[in-house]
Amino acid sequence: MNLMTERNLEKAVNDKMSAQGNAIKMQGKDVTVHYGDKQALFGVSLDVPEKMVTALIGPSGCGKSTFLRSLNRMNDTIEGCKVGGLLTLDDEDIYNPKIDVVELRARVGMVFQKPNPFPKSIFENVAYGPRIHGLAKNRQQLDEIVEKSLRRASLFEEVKDRLHEAGTGLSGGQQQRLCIARAIAVSPEVILMDEPCSALDPIATAKVEELIDELRENYTIVIVTHSMQQAARVSQRTAMFHLGNLVEVGDTEMMFTSPTEKRTQDYITGRFG
Amino acid sequence: MTDIALNPAAPASARPARRDIGLKRRYAAERRFKLYGITAIAIGLFFLVALMYSVFSNGYTAFWQTEVNLAINLDPKIIDPDNKRATDPNVLLTANYPILARNALAEKLGVPTTNKPAMRELGKLFSEGVRGQLRELVVANPSLIGTTQSVWVLTGADIDSAFKGQIDLTVDQTRRKVSDQQVEWMNKLKGEGAMSQRFNTGLFTYGASSRPETSGLGVALIGSLYMMLIVLCLSLPIGVAASIYLEEYAKKSRLTDIIEVNINNLAAVPSIVFGLLGLAVFINFFHMPRSASLVGGMVLTLMTLPTIIIATRAALRAVPPSIRAAALGVGASKTQMVFHHVLPLAAPGILTGTIIGLAHALGETAPLLLIGMVAFVANAPVTPLDPSTALPVQIYMWANEAERAFVERTSGAIIVLLIFLAVMNITAIILRRRFERRW
Repeated sequence: MNLMTERNLEKAVNDKMSAQGNAIKMQGKDVTVHYGDKQALFGVSLDVPEKMVTALIGPSGCGKSTFLRSLNRMNDTIEGCKVGGLLTLDDEDIYNPKIDVVELRARVGMVFQKPNPFPKSIFENVAYGPRIHGLAKNRQQLDEIVEKSLRRASLFEEVKDRLHEAGTGLSGGQQQRLCIARAIAVSPEVILMDEPCSALDPIATAKVEELIDELRENYTIVIVTHSMQQAARVSQRTAMFHLGNLVEVGDTEMMFTSPTEKRTQDYITGRFG
Repeated sequence: MTDIALNPAAPASARPARRDIGLKRRYAAERRFKLYGITAIAIGLFFLVALMYSVFSNGYTAFWQTEVNLAINLDPKIIDPDNKRATDPNVLLTANYPILARNALAEKLGVPTTNKPAMRELGKLFSEGVRGQLRELVVANPSLIGTTQSVWVLTGADIDSAFKGQIDLTVDQTRRKVSDQQVEWMNKLKGEGAMSQRFNTGLFTYGASSRPETSGLGVALIGSLYMMLIVLCLSLPIGVAASIYLEEYAKKSRLTDIIEVNINNLAAVPSIVFGLLGLAVFINFFHMPRSASLVGGMVLTLMTLPTIIIATRAALRAVPPSIRAAALGVGASKTQMVFHHVLPLAAPGILTGTIIGLAHALGETAPLLLIGMVAFVANAPVTPLDPSTALPVQIYMWANEAERAFVERTSGAIIVLLIFLAVMNITAIILRRRFERRW
């Protein structure tokens, strides 16, 4: 345990260097979310820097998933959900009526808590996005995109002989990497991950975490997690939510070593949550 | 603890006293409940078996019909006494064909044609339907006139019943429909092998007739087929479109709640009310033809729609939200999500619901009575606009007839209907089994 945190700290220190220079990819200003009469977010302002992993932590029901889902407007599908404040992607208001939500979701992909491959073949799972967005002109290009995406998700070697078998037949960890490959296949700019490892065993979790670390090179990642260790391992920035408010946000290393807020400290050390 | 485990011979007093946690009572309750369940199933099975037994024991004989083999001399002197058939086509249509059959039978039985009372008795041995049968034969091939043809002719309904042993021959002949003389002839022909039971194709081809032996389900089968096609073509697209809109697109509001309640109400509306609606709207207002399977199909569509909508909505709702989220997450539009992912996954459920709805419509009688499909239709309908009947209506009409041969046909028609229903329901089960997905 000790060794692990030490290693993470070291990594976090290294990451800190890059963290400061990165441009802001997505931004939330005074974001409020209501589900019917119930308010879930009370004016959250948070920046998401480019090509970095931002972790959202906090106890259950604190609004971290709600914030994540408002970043690609998945909240639109929930009846009675109202989003206020300003959310931008590359300085463009994503709740502007002129913004096409389909295009937004092609730019901001999502990986869900439970692996949810389509009940189709592995190939079809990855090819679906490129196909509906017309990213491949012919079958050969489509094959290339599928292979590249599966490779990026470190899944290709494991499934290359059974691309046309059902995606639902894979193990949980493989399914989640398949979902990541599916998200990557449409070449998004941002990938949102909603507790991607909560349904996986430790070995599969380690693989996915490794993958997230690699993906950071090319994508901006926002991850919601319940595991403090995971936040420390994979993220460069951490945002702590509590009761619909953003308590504190900062470099992961700082958050885990010297949080300014007592609530953050209590949560990180396991005193509540 | 370990001591006890290692030494099973330890005295009982050494073990901790067992608590009474009411195990006996619980097991008794479980046994009692199982018994109730088995009783309930047994009662259900008993009635099913009783129903099947009564239908099949009454109805299986309807699939065989007694026929008599006659060597009929197609005598030109009787068919065309004035030799005008080359100029007047009506001659062949109106010729007295039954005389030919009667003469052939008289010759076979050695009855002199001059014996009038015997000839009258003899004439009742075969069906009046022989007129149509021989006419068809001759009109199709006039060169047969003058030759002798061996033809299987339907016997009269009473002879058929007697031949099948359905008429008690021990009572006095004045109190039954078959005379002793006819029974004697019947046995003689049977002994010669000239009278026997053959598969009753007429049951599936003939239309309505006042003579049981020449009445069949032909018109009803075509009418029911047309109606099923119309119901399928109308209610499946309308029902699926309505369900998809309500389930996937419509925002929840007071209006959708009212629609929802009313769809459920419609499913419970007695079918005869749909018949009245069809009569008022389709026939009286739009002046569509009476007794037509088109109108029947439309009325049954109205009746089937709520069933299909309810089944489809349930099937759509059963598709896990994670699949929808996954599709939206890669940037599919709502319509793409529905048609690429949700609908294919819901299809087995939708098909099952549709088939069950169709089976329901196939067995429906009351609304059809109101739109005039309870009619004496002898000729097979060509288009859905022609008058026709339906299987259950035919059963209803035959059940009103008193003759023994119609009783048998009623049960026979029920068997045919039950077979159709069973095939449809089995198809629904197979579809569900084959395409059901787990996730």
